[in-house]
Amino acid sequence: MGNEKLNASRRNFIRKSALLAGTFMASSAVKPFSAILFAANEPGKTEPWYAIGIDIEKCIGCGNCAKACKSENDVPKDPFYYRSWVEQYAIKNDGTMSVVSPNGGIDGFTQTVPDDEIYKTFFVPKMCNQCYKSPCVQVCPVGATFVSPEGVVLVDEKYCMGCSYCVQACPYGCRYLHPEKKTADKCTLCYHRLKKGLKPACFEVCPTGARIYGDLHDENDELHNFLKDHNTQVLKPHLNTGSKLFYNGLSSEVR
Amino acid sequence: MEHLYEILKQVDGFIYPNEIVLQWGILIVLYPYITGLVAGAFILASLERVFKVKVLRPTYHLALLTALAFLIVAGLPLISHLGHPFRAYEILMTPHFSSAMAIFGFVYLWYLMVVLLLELWFDYRRDLVIWSQQAKGFKRRIYKILTLGVTDLSPKALAWDEKLGYIVTVIGIPSAFLLHGYVGFIFGSIKANPWWSSVMMPVIFLLSAMVSGIALVMFLYMIISWIRKVEIDMACLDEIGKFLFMVLILDFTLESLDQVHRIYEAEESFEILHMLVTGKLTYTLFIFQGLLGTIIPILTLGFFRLYLPKEKLRKPLYFLASCLVLFGVFFMRWNVVIGGQLFSKSFLGFTSFKLGMVGLEGFWMALVWMILPFLILSFILWLVPPWKKQQEETVP
Repeated sequence: MGNEKLNASRRNFIRKSALLAGTFMASSAVKPFSAILFAANEPGKTEPWYAIGIDIEKCIGCGNCAKACKSENDVPKDPFYYRSWVEQYAIKNDGTMSVVSPNGGIDGFTQTVPDDEIYKTFFVPKMCNQCYKSPCVQVCPVGATFVSPEGVVLVDEKYCMGCSYCVQACPYGCRYLHPEKKTADKCTLCYHRLKKGLKPACFEVCPTGARIYGDLHDENDELHNFLKDHNTQVLKPHLNTGSKLFYNGLSSEVR
Repeated sequence: MEHLYEILKQVDGFIYPNEIVLQWGILIVLYPYITGLVAGAFILASLERVFKVKVLRPTYHLALLTALAFLIVAGLPLISHLGHPFRAYEILMTPHFSSAMAIFGFVYLWYLMVVLLLELWFDYRRDLVIWSQQAKGFKRRIYKILTLGVTDLSPKALAWDEKLGYIVTVIGIPSAFLLHGYVGFIFGSIKANPWWSSVMMPVIFLLSAMVSGIALVMFLYMIISWIRKVEIDMACLDEIGKFLFMVLILDFTLESLDQVHRIYEAEESFEILHMLVTGKLTYTLFIFQGLLGTIIPILTLGFFRLYLPKEKLRKPLYFLASCLVLFGVFFMRWNVVIGGQLFSKSFLGFTSFKLGMVGLEGFWMALVWMILPFLILSFILWLVPPWKKQQEETVP
């Protein structure tokens, strides 16, 4: 009697396990598990998919990029609004650090830390990271900010209601509320120029070629080689924003 | 723009250049504050109706009407803060469903239309019919419109009012939780901001909402009784005090847990947040929110659990506790909204915030938004005074 009961429960257990395993296998056939993680974009796309590379070792902090950006894109001249700017980092011998970006670097830099105190110093140009999992696009309540088919994050200023939620959501401080238009504003990677086959303004004026942009889908692209030849890093990788701004020579102090 | 140049001079350390402008000012502090008062007042009302805490009967309708008056105003500071307020309707027309903010319009309307107005209507229908027969002139017309033409006062119809009202209240409880938990999620889901990004945020917002809503009803009940020159029902007041005490303890525990967790994990943002709370937020966090808004009310109300002093002493102390709680929760919202924008996302410095007196984002305007719900409540209380309602058969 006891044995029969045991057998019955064992049979039930085997039956249930088989059912579970079967369901699992059947569902995995619908969407097979893939162990391949894509690095910057979903594979299989054919249209251009723009990304940016910045070589920190080549940047001399002239601020031309920030200046050109303001003129090209009608960014307000006041020192509170930037689509593109440059930061100067100085790590001191005592381990402390000084970071400055006077007027976004437009007027150039002077080193404020005495030479003998400097352990190392470098410039970091900043701009929209054109994330492909962008938090700013995610949070826009009306969908006024979106990713273009080429992977550029844009704002529809006729649609934006100026709630600033995207400004809060950008981890890199790349957005601001335009003081006259009262809508969110940000780097468009000079979309109007890109469409005409021209380089974005900041890339055009960089005297050392520290900035490159290109199509991640094009294997012959300059950017492709840049990413192959250098060990690049994105800002705040732990936030998983899918940033497409790759820095070469990014020091761990940079935020 | 002048004030921005002033702030530029006061920048402490390094901040991203776009961070000098503080995006969300006092109006966005008011938004979660007022929404929280709504949710809290409603939950207090539902204690009476759904959980049958009959001793709270004197405040039941007052709590519902308070929730309504504040809900009418809740969205206004938010809309007036927008760069393009006239585009606000787009949030309902073309909501972007991945946005935490996009659903607010729907949650708000659901709560206003389906929960609050419906519940009040079922509650007041009989009185509206009677008043529409008794009153004269303008009031009579309004009561008539408010009955929506449903003038059946048969016992069967009244029983249906009661039944449907109860169902709406039952639906209302998760809705109130949704309304304010959701407001917490708007902040808690911003991964770029470590001061906001916390899974605890919706829970903390909800509990502090309950705390503030209960305190508001307590405050209003005492004030209104004083104006009407009627005796305060001390059993009711003690019960509200008891609930306020319990929710305060819960709120305090969870907020502390959130901070303890932050401190112990001490992630990348720890140093800057530590500097934030011990610097720019010292007064508003430790003194206003912590000591005045939480510790003193907890001790006062907790003392009443052990020893109940005479009415003469209890009344002013309840009044004081409710004022302190309302003050403290306001600064809780302040610390979240303003505090979260004072430090740079580079974790390397601070900007500062100066509250102007004039202008749409100024102190006076904020005061107007804060007084408005009280004016609306006065009007509603004049129109549909709970104390003039018919005695219900169910309540002896």
